[in-house]
Amino acid sequence: MAYDKFNILTSTAVPLPIENVDTDQIIPARFLKATERKGFGDNLFRDWRYNQDNTLKEDFVLNQEKYTGKILVGGKNFGSGSSREHAAWAIYDYGFRCVVSSFFADIFRNNCLNIGVLPVQVSAEFLQKIFDAVETDPKTELEVDLPEQKITLLATGESESFDINSYKKNNMLNGFDDIDYLLNIKKDIETFASNTPL
Amino acid sequence: MSAKKTLFDKVWDSHVVHKIQDGPDVLFIDRHMVHEVTSPVAFLGLKNRNIPVMHPEKTFATADHNTPTINQHLPVKDPLSANQLKMLEENANEYGISYWGLGHEKNGIVHVVGPEYGITQPGATIVCGDSHTSTHGAFGAIAFGIGTSEVEMVLATQCIMQPKPKKMRININGSLSKGVTPKDVALFIISQLTTSGATGYFVEYAGEIFRNMSMEGRMTVCNLSIEMGARGGMIAPDEKTFEYVKGREFTPKGADWDKAMAYWETLYTDEGAEFDKELTFDGSKIEPMITYGTNPGMGMGISNDIPKANEIQGGVSSYQKSLKYMDFNEGESMMGKPIDFVFLGSCTNGRIEDFRAFASIVKGRKKADNVTAWLVPGSHKVEAAIKEEGILDILTEAGFELREPGCSACLAMNDDKVPAGKLAVSTSNRNFEGRQGPGSRTILASPLVAAAAAVTGKVTDPRELMVEFA
Repeated sequence: MAYDKFNILTSTAVPLPIENVDTDQIIPARFLKATERKGFGDNLFRDWRYNQDNTLKEDFVLNQEKYTGKILVGGKNFGSGSSREHAAWAIYDYGFRCVVSSFFADIFRNNCLNIGVLPVQVSAEFLQKIFDAVETDPKTELEVDLPEQKITLLATGESESFDINSYKKNNMLNGFDDIDYLLNIKKDIETFASNTPL
Repeated sequence: MSAKKTLFDKVWDSHVVHKIQDGPDVLFIDRHMVHEVTSPVAFLGLKNRNIPVMHPEKTFATADHNTPTINQHLPVKDPLSANQLKMLEENANEYGISYWGLGHEKNGIVHVVGPEYGITQPGATIVCGDSHTSTHGAFGAIAFGIGTSEVEMVLATQCIMQPKPKKMRININGSLSKGVTPKDVALFIISQLTTSGATGYFVEYAGEIFRNMSMEGRMTVCNLSIEMGARGGMIAPDEKTFEYVKGREFTPKGADWDKAMAYWETLYTDEGAEFDKELTFDGSKIEPMITYGTNPGMGMGISNDIPKANEIQGGVSSYQKSLKYMDFNEGESMMGKPIDFVFLGSCTNGRIEDFRAFASIVKGRKKADNVTAWLVPGSHKVEAAIKEEGILDILTEAGFELREPGCSACLAMNDDKVPAGKLAVSTSNRNFEGRQGPGSRTILASPLVAAAAAVTGKVTDPRELMVEFA
């Protein structure tokens, strides 16, 4: 499915300074029963966001009005656990377009890239700077520049570069999709398939 | 580049259809498995693009994640689950994919039935929209979990696009002590590497410990590879592997078998081949393991005390948050803590060997009154073996009931939910917050530890109950 193009994103950020945020927290399994990609944002971080009687947990960051924006900033090893793409869908559906962490789980990172959410991996030091800046002033903005592969704290001008392979970068910049790429080499795939032993 | 290759290199390199400069490899997929939860949106994508499934004969569908484990002959009560199951059946039928739904004799957990019917084979590339697809690496296959966009990719083109992971080898030699099972070996490794220690890597398990394991045991170890962040884990195939695979429904026969064997016998890491990281542990030092926190890396030998925050690597506040959720304290022993639930099952420990182990402890004893026990076979084939081997009689005699196959309380998508605040000893794979039901607390352990807890009603060292130790 084609998705939104990503170029330069300037936004405030929502800080979640917790390590090992797993995909069961991002979207609990009981909310995976839909057969269409709709409405997952309502249950993003469900059990951290709501009490069991569905009232809001006021201390959770998504329930604090001072924190808004299209960038989610998480602690080390973000997105570990289940392969459920629903976790990335929930983040997208809630309105985030970029997740920043010092370390991402592999499958989650791939899932994000496949739906147009940009995972930005920064050093532990820069991550701490972002947390400190956002918690001190929730209105502080981050600039995520995909063409330059650079993330900047606009208030201080401090920045760091981030990695993304050039194929995925081009996909994100243009909203291109892997399946379109693969369908264009269908003949190569068929030739390969006819020679495969299994 | 060295001509010496690892097992992983051999299988990966032989499946690369196309290489993209500074981008992923286009990898051909030999076997694709789908279940009801992560596939509907992928099939919807095919419909929107108006394209067919390229190789329906290479995809297999089973229903497992949200199926009930009692009264499977009745219509599924939960309308959302029922709808997902119906969608899977309709999609499988529309695209000509083998479908083993609820009530089918081959139904069961995707990672249990794949090997049982010979879909899983050495040297194959196997994917499924489920992170525990790493299970199939036990056969010397490259097997890993994928997201729904990638499920659609495989349906549409029989390929996925992945950068080649780095390579890690974990060597464990020596012999395992009594009461130490493959689950303990895996939980031990994860406790040493942490939950992100193998992220970016594909792991090969090597050494006597794994050579001596049954295929079921190897599956348990490879299954848990994802819990240390690894893309997958694999073990070189040997006589035990070939013996297991031979004669199963979907394995090659006759001349095709000989041809397959000629390939499979090349599947080992060449002497001198290089890994990006290599770790070695002493198998005789491993104890029966339990977890005390909210990720599988927070594990320890059952007789140890919970580490103090200043002794662990990683953030103190995340560690303390985790213990607070579990309602445990730094520095205390887990032994003797009263428990409420026991879950034996899942793609990690829902095979016949696991039921044999559980039965060996509960035989001649009684289920503790304070314990609710869910014993869920991984498949109908496992269920049949439990009955044939007389294990069901032992379980019944001890006051346990056997449920019907499925993922069950491992992720609590069906009615098998551990209530808030209750403590469960589970043979499954994840102790995340709320994994077994909102507010539930999970201790991961082997079937032996689970059985010891089930009959004593508290966390108990199974070695105390093993005949050999009496």
